[in-house]
Amino acid sequence: MVKRIEFDEPKCIAAGQCVMTAPEVFDQRDEDGVAIVLQPVPAPEHWDAVRDAVAICPAAALLLVDI
Amino acid sequence: MSETVPVYPFAHPAALEPSPEWERLRDECPVSRVRMVSGDEALLLTRYADVRELLADPRFTHSLTAPDAAKVSTADDGGVFSSENSAMTAGPDHPRWRRMMNKSFTVKRVTAMRPRIEEIAHQLIDDMLAGGQPGDLQSALGFPLPVFVICELLGVDPGYRDKFSHWSDAMLNLTKYDQDELTTAAAEFQAFMVQHVQDKRSKPGDDLLSELAAVVDSQDGRLSEEELVITAQGLLVAGHETTANMIGKMVSMLLADRPRRWERLLDDRGLINSAVEESLRFDANPGFGLPRYISEDIEVAGCPIAAGTTVVVSMASGNRDERAYPEAGEMLIDRVPNPHLAFGVGPHSCLGQALARTELQVVLAVLLDRLPTLELAVPAGELRRRDGLIVGGLEEVPVRW
Repeated sequence: MVKRIEFDEPKCIAAGQCVMTAPEVFDQRDEDGVAIVLQPVPAPEHWDAVRDAVAICPAAALLLVDI
Repeated sequence: MSETVPVYPFAHPAALEPSPEWERLRDECPVSRVRMVSGDEALLLTRYADVRELLADPRFTHSLTAPDAAKVSTADDGGVFSSENSAMTAGPDHPRWRRMMNKSFTVKRVTAMRPRIEEIAHQLIDDMLAGGQPGDLQSALGFPLPVFVICELLGVDPGYRDKFSHWSDAMLNLTKYDQDELTTAAAEFQAFMVQHVQDKRSKPGDDLLSELAAVVDSQDGRLSEEELVITAQGLLVAGHETTANMIGKMVSMLLADRPRRWERLLDDRGLINSAVEESLRFDANPGFGLPRYISEDIEVAGCPIAAGTTVVVSMASGNRDERAYPEAGEMLIDRVPNPHLAFGVGPHSCLGQALARTELQVVLAVLLDRLPTLELAVPAGELRRRDGLIVGGLEEVPVRW
């Protein structure tokens, strides 16, 4: 099974919660803190952390979907 | 009629306990009439889903400058949300201002501050130990740590910290101060910060204010001198009052049930982050909540709300909502995920949340290492609340070790 991250960038408010939760998968742009998805198709060992990041994103800007 | 509308914030049975009204309103009346201490009326939201939806709605903000908006405090100025300054972070320029600020509060920038925060925590604990038992963790560690951190970030002399505390309290007044005291404090704070900004301009340092002053001086109109002063004041106030209170409340909650909370953390430091998040969720004494001025007719939970209404959302009540959390009334320090509302949600959620989280995580880790035998020196039920401000906290946190 393969999963993909959907990131609604305009909604991002740069709280950094995804970076704290799944640092291998997410980063932030230096200039404005907006999230960067480092692994758009995250490795299965990161799925749990990504699901947590999706759930706690204060902007509801993230989804993890099946492809 | 008016006697039947309860005054908000509600009374609490004990400092760490929620108001029983929250649960009753969540069950019976999720959109409820309340009276501010000013006498003005507002509507209160208490359910998780409703609080989350309204906070995330970009049409509405915390700015209560409209003539028909409720005043939330007893003094003539109506409280911080009625201030013209609060409109700066609520208007059409907010996204641009926010992006400019965000870059100073990224996880990378905040993580770089972690060793220095640890150092400050160790120094403050050394001083508390030297003072002997019992100590007051709130005044020895909770208050000073975030003040030192925000002062270093802004490049402000922490020697003024007693003044900052007073000015912050005044800015966050609900019932504590009269208008004369507030006017004096606001004038002093304004004079201090104008001078400070000028100093940074003539002698820039390696700090956030110097960085922002350079943006002003580039004369691209992105941030005026006045906005810079308001921004600096806002960061100073927000950067320490909330986290300062939260340190004392977090440690108190963890020590209130040592076997299931503190001792579990001693056994497993991997739970520190989730324990911090659960402390933020479980905090029953966070203060006022947040207002939203409803500028066009809407419906919440099937209830029509007319334009011109002031709505107050209780994030703390939402965080205890059984509809959103299994075992909502239990503090479970390994709770994951934990999408609590303590920092708000949506475009106006807390700018400094990564810094606050880091400070709380560091304080907890250092305390577990240095003072594993830490315990409350009074029963948790006897802890006293700080009242009269927008933010909630404890007057003192007496501890032994």
